[in-house]
Amino acid sequence: MSAFSENAQAFIADGPRLAWHDKAIWFVRQKRDTARAAVPEWEELRATASQIKAHTLSRLAGYLEQFEANAIELGAVVHWARDADEHNRIVHEILRERGVKRLVKSKSMLTEECHLNPYLEERGIEVVDTDLGERIVQFRHEPPSHIVMPAIHLKKEEIGDLFHEKLGTPQGLADPKALTEAARQHLREKFLAADAGLTGVNFAIAETGGIVVCTNEGNADLGTSLPPLHIACMGIEKIVPGTRELAVFLRLLARSATGQPITTYTSHFHGPRPAGELHVVIVDRGRSKILGRNEFRASLKCSRCGACLNTCPVYRRSGGHSYGVTVPGPIGSTLAPHADAAKYAGLPFASTLCGSCSDVCPVHVDLHHQLLAWRGELARQGLVPLGKRIVSRVGAFVLARSWLYQIAGKLVRWVVPLLPARLLRANAWGRQRDLPPMPRESFSEIWRKRGRS
Amino acid sequence: MLEVALFVPCYVDQLYPAIAVATVELLERFGVKVHYPERQTCCGQPMANSGFFDDAVPLVRRMADVFAPYEHVVCPSGSCTSMVRNHTEALVPGDDGVLALRKKTFELCEFLHDVVKVRPEGRFPHRVGLHQSCHGLRGLRLGSGSERLVSPSNKVRALIEGLDGLQLLELARPDDCCGFGGTFAVAEEALSCAMGRDRIADHERAGAEVITGTDISCLMHMDGLLRRERKPQRVLHVAELLAEATA
Amino acid sequence: MGARDEILNAVRAGSPPPVALPEEARFRGLRYPDLRDQFARSVAAVGGTCVFVRGSLEEALLALPQYRSAAKVASLVPGVERANVDPAAVADPHLLRDVDFCVLAAELGVAENGAVWITNHGGLGRAVAFLTQQLAIVLRAETLVHNMHEAYQHISIPRPGFGVFLSGPSKTADIEQALVIGAHGARSCTVLVLE
Repeated sequence: MSAFSENAQAFIADGPRLAWHDKAIWFVRQKRDTARAAVPEWEELRATASQIKAHTLSRLAGYLEQFEANAIELGAVVHWARDADEHNRIVHEILRERGVKRLVKSKSMLTEECHLNPYLEERGIEVVDTDLGERIVQFRHEPPSHIVMPAIHLKKEEIGDLFHEKLGTPQGLADPKALTEAARQHLREKFLAADAGLTGVNFAIAETGGIVVCTNEGNADLGTSLPPLHIACMGIEKIVPGTRELAVFLRLLARSATGQPITTYTSHFHGPRPAGELHVVIVDRGRSKILGRNEFRASLKCSRCGACLNTCPVYRRSGGHSYGVTVPGPIGSTLAPHADAAKYAGLPFASTLCGSCSDVCPVHVDLHHQLLAWRGELARQGLVPLGKRIVSRVGAFVLARSWLYQIAGKLVRWVVPLLPARLLRANAWGRQRDLPPMPRESFSEIWRKRGRS
Repeated sequence: MLEVALFVPCYVDQLYPAIAVATVELLERFGVKVHYPERQTCCGQPMANSGFFDDAVPLVRRMADVFAPYEHVVCPSGSCTSMVRNHTEALVPGDDGVLALRKKTFELCEFLHDVVKVRPEGRFPHRVGLHQSCHGLRGLRLGSGSERLVSPSNKVRALIEGLDGLQLLELARPDDCCGFGGTFAVAEEALSCAMGRDRIADHERAGAEVITGTDISCLMHMDGLLRRERKPQRVLHVAELLAEATA
Repeated sequence: MGARDEILNAVRAGSPPPVALPEEARFRGLRYPDLRDQFARSVAAVGGTCVFVRGSLEEALLALPQYRSAAKVASLVPGVERANVDPAAVADPHLLRDVDFCVLAAELGVAENGAVWITNHGGLGRAVAFLTQQLAIVLRAETLVHNMHEAYQHISIPRPGFGVFLSGPSKTADIEQALVIGAHGARSCTVLVLE
């Protein structure tokens, strides 16, 4: 059993919680569907977005250089990081040089991937995640379970208990409005006391050298308009050519993520504030490798909207933590094995290849095809369990010979009814499911008997 | 007269021969001559599904060979048809025989709907829930699906909704996956059964007596759960449903 | 070789054959039969309030209880009589922390999503849009556009500077998906459309 399998099994064991989680996530999928209905040209928009990203990826070096030059002209400082370590060192150095002790952060899956928080904390910097969901999981010392709704796996009572412990809210208070108000007051003090603010980057505009950050809460804006230092971390794939293209993505992103027509704040930062500093850290961390792989390149089009997670029947019933990676769900399952195929070999199999993810993806990432491609890659690398390999080999041998296949079939149909129920029920099929009654004759036999050809 | 070769999935041949029998009946009833190449075995999907493309390739080539003499190939399974149409190119690139197979292989409902262009008349006085198997739905576009904003259409629905007395029920989640998924059904037992139970509950709440669909793999999985839990709903492959209704 | 060159070289090495950008005609969106009506609906849908103003701005503001009861009113728009804080004159944004009500001007409004485009023209005062408890936006009716494609064709982007598409009050649904209006930014957002 893979790590994912075990985790999923544990998640499913709690029936009521399973149903609640599945329903909560499905609700977000439904909100997306409703939002989509307001955009009759939705499918064209997806195709346009997909083509823009494909174009951008085919000229990525040029666009990165253009972005860098324009950003520098506006007064930003641009850094480049090959991997997580380099990224963390660069961010820490910027903070250390300026004596930063208190950092506020808005959501950045990239910095989660790099495990930036513990790196900075070990070096004496207080890091406060300011997105409400992220602050909640930060308090709980656990990773986010969803890339857009980090605390979706928690019930309000659990958050109430957490806030009682951490913020002193009254015991038993579980009203979301009251809890949010408590978080507002608490985080407001953090914004005001912060020495620096760090954000992710939803889109980096090559044509203008600006970066765009989308939030609903206003935390990225408070975190970057109060302290004088703004550090923005981005993966190389976040580039868009210009504002004309940006419009397309902004029409798709929030609708796909949460069902809103746009996030409350879509902030465009062109250069630092007067008397302030803006540092942009451009990170590769394996993305250039993915770019070079035909079958997987399309995963770089991802804008981290989370729609694939919301629709995935497996994610909804196993939860983000079951995947054991920063970004879970269908997109996570195709991204993770690049970094460590052996560790994440179970993820491309955590799927029925139903294809729903590919159909909701606003940029046409062919997710379910990539998961199948990964299965082939993993099999080639010898990372698929031996048991499966044996079954496949034997099956292939038998099925290549119709006489042998017919005999095998007959044997199965003859033996199974003779097996004791205890044995039939002692395996992964029979534990919870009956087998169909075994027919006396196969169709081939029936056909032959009727003298047809 | 249209002539087709029947492609019977290995598990249908061995475990659900009645579906293949019904498929033959149905095609003949609508004026199609049916051949059954007896050398056929399997399209290789179970191997490919587990990533063992090398094991699947010879089976794909063999299948192209077995069906080479025929103009149309019809299969009562969305998932096997999708395997042939969508995955054989990557498995066996640049092969004319496999290309030819791809071009002429149809799932049963799409064949009846698009090629024979029949709208069956008959009687099936039951409350029916349609399970939209994923590979047929999204792989072959047998229906429009709930994810995309396209005009609603459904070939399977079109074939059965005209039957007298048939009440096609509305489900809360018309195309959520049942959790069979090939080897997933045993490799991820907990998830597979949880997903199957959710599908069944949806059909139960809608009041279904019969659960039908294009893929007996999905139906077998749900049937396994239904019978273990002694539930009254019965599964019936759409070929059997139509054969019964138009008899 | 530094990180920059290594990364760019790796990117160049992995680049696929060129793919064209979509043609111009693809960058168009839905247009509405009644622009004002759609804008008002969209603002309401994102938790804001849209008011069409025929008379004076001050009159329209006085109709809002949050304005009437506000102790500290910041405005970057002329004609706001109760304004007693000028954000453009405050060098330290922390000093804007107790602004109750803020009035800002928007360059345009977008009907498809109720968003308005606000910039600081590269100057001071951008923090006030997010620190304020209550927010009012003023824009002229003739600047309404149908969709984001049109918006980008018309807005000015201060370079350097800051601009934001702001759509309704701050909000979150992070706790069990219950929508809560008023997260870290403004608790309310009233858009005053001057006719």
